[in-house]
Amino acid sequence: MKTISRWFGRNLIRIYAAIAFTYLFIPVAYTFVFSFNDSAKSNLIWKGFTFANWQNPCGAPEVCTALGNSIKIGFLATLFSTILGTMIAFAIGRHKFKGRSSTNLLIFLPMATPEIVLGASLLSLFLVFQINPGFWPTVIAHVLFCMSFVVVTVKARIASLDPRLEQAAMDLYANERETFRRVTLPLVAPGIAAAALLAFSLSFDDFIITNFNSGTMTTFPKFVYVSAARGIPAQANVIGSAMFILALTIVILGQFVGRKRKVS
Amino acid sequence: MTGVASSARGDLKLTSVTKSYGDFIAVNDLSLVIPEGSFFALLGPSGCGKTTTLRMIAGLEEPTHGKIALGSTDITDTKPYQRPINTVFQNYALFPHLTIFENIAFGLRRRGLKDIDDAVNKALDLVELPHLAQRKPTQLSGGQQQRIALARAIVNRPALLLLDEPLGALDLKLRRQMQIELKWIQREVGITFVHVTHDQEEAMTMADTIAVMNEGEIEQMGSPAELYDNPKTAFVANFLGQSNLIKGTISGSDGDNHIVDLFGQKISLQKNRSHAVDNSILAGIRPEKFRISRLETSTSGNILTGGKVEDVSYIGVSTQYQVLMPWGQELMVFEQNDDGVAPFSVGEGVNISWEPIFTFALRGDEDAEAGTEVSPDEDLDEE
Repeated sequence: MKTISRWFGRNLIRIYAAIAFTYLFIPVAYTFVFSFNDSAKSNLIWKGFTFANWQNPCGAPEVCTALGNSIKIGFLATLFSTILGTMIAFAIGRHKFKGRSSTNLLIFLPMATPEIVLGASLLSLFLVFQINPGFWPTVIAHVLFCMSFVVVTVKARIASLDPRLEQAAMDLYANERETFRRVTLPLVAPGIAAAALLAFSLSFDDFIITNFNSGTMTTFPKFVYVSAARGIPAQANVIGSAMFILALTIVILGQFVGRKRKVS
Repeated sequence: MTGVASSARGDLKLTSVTKSYGDFIAVNDLSLVIPEGSFFALLGPSGCGKTTTLRMIAGLEEPTHGKIALGSTDITDTKPYQRPINTVFQNYALFPHLTIFENIAFGLRRRGLKDIDDAVNKALDLVELPHLAQRKPTQLSGGQQQRIALARAIVNRPALLLLDEPLGALDLKLRRQMQIELKWIQREVGITFVHVTHDQEEAMTMADTIAVMNEGEIEQMGSPAELYDNPKTAFVANFLGQSNLIKGTISGSDGDNHIVDLFGQKISLQKNRSHAVDNSILAGIRPEKFRISRLETSTSGNILTGGKVEDVSYIGVSTQYQVLMPWGQELMVFEQNDDGVAPFSVGEGVNISWEPIFTFALRGDEDAEAGTEVSPDEDLDEE
């Protein structure tokens, strides 16, 4: 009895970790396994193993159009929100101006506002200006909410940057522009990259705001939502799994490169 | 190089330079000339304005009033990158994303110079770290980073090299070694060095001229020996080494000497070593200039009698005594342990004597405690 409880005490943290990870990864594993399901329409019951879905991920109607739209919107939203957000982050992080603290507060608002409210208000705004929902309104909406996250991420990086490095560059004959290009930007770059990745995943993932502002255009989350009613095709599982594997590979690769750089 | 000021050479001249932040005056109407080729130290406690002065010379701060000139060129309004001046920063400020080679090459590349490999390698040789060229700054020890920061500045052959407490982060042994090396490098390259420090020993070891700063003003400027032997103010007397300052009055004259009354005992003081404005003075004597002797022993020179040993600290090369004088003041006496005489013990009655030429005198209305302890307002001077 005593030995059992001692074993338990020693391994409690491992048991807890195993349970937590199982809980986290069951849905992922389920998605992955059912991407190999030999189903016709509904992908709810296991009907046998097949590679057919992976060989033909665009097999289901509309799925690749939706994916294409999501990628295009994600790319554009990332581009604009990263550029604008980085500029705002530099302004707030590096300069004192009238209204700096209120800008700081306003930047937080889109993050704090419920998406459903933001989506609905944006739609009514577009309609007031007689802009029909569709691709560009969706991009604009995504830029809006991604930007806040970019500002917060990049600002944190700028705050950790020692201003003496820029002074040292100026001292070593670099003018303002060169100092920014040779010292400031390279040092803030990891923060900007992280912000861009975050922006892309937020945009790619978004359903609520997109649903209000995209009109008849389908995005991947919209496609999944709509098809849920009549059974999600296995191709959706394929795309979901592929995205997951891609993201995982990038993370592992990043860790690997980071470690190698530290060792050398 | 960029800009008109960049080819300027010559003495650095500060004329009535003032820097204030709101009500706080960091540097107050400072004028000084730093001769070309000299090793100059700005010495003072933290918050005295020395770093602000350095940053104004570098161009990182703008003076509120006053002019800064290099040779005959006014550089007051030029940008840091237009000045032929480089800085070794307190925390080195090496660029973490660049290799050591690129760090050193940074200034040369910005000036658009070609074929810089030779110059960079020579700078690496000068600081004896040629094997680290391809490393990143984070892979270097503090001492190595310090040398690279020096190489990065020197490689540009500036008219003026500024050092902002460059040895502050190093341990004592390394600091001693770097002090000697810095001095050697300065002689080797012949560049004017302006060194900011709060460490009086460091300033005295390296500099040929020291300016002692306090509360935004220069208290006294001169060679280390001049400052130590004949300080003008109580602050300098106490900040540079230790001093015994005794209240007294000038009561008479004897040729080139004043006769000074110290609580009823007469001593003599060379007239040209007095900075007093009237008869009221603070007589100053360095602790190691004192000799200590038993009451019955006869001694020559200036003598103060009636002391009592309060404390004895034996520290190897010397013995340090605290001697209580009849007027209630404790005097410090450092005796070399070179005479084979057993140290005095606590409670013994003693006389104190010294050669009259070692006496200096300050204004009688000065605070005898000024500069003895540094107020804990750290970082006021740094950023």
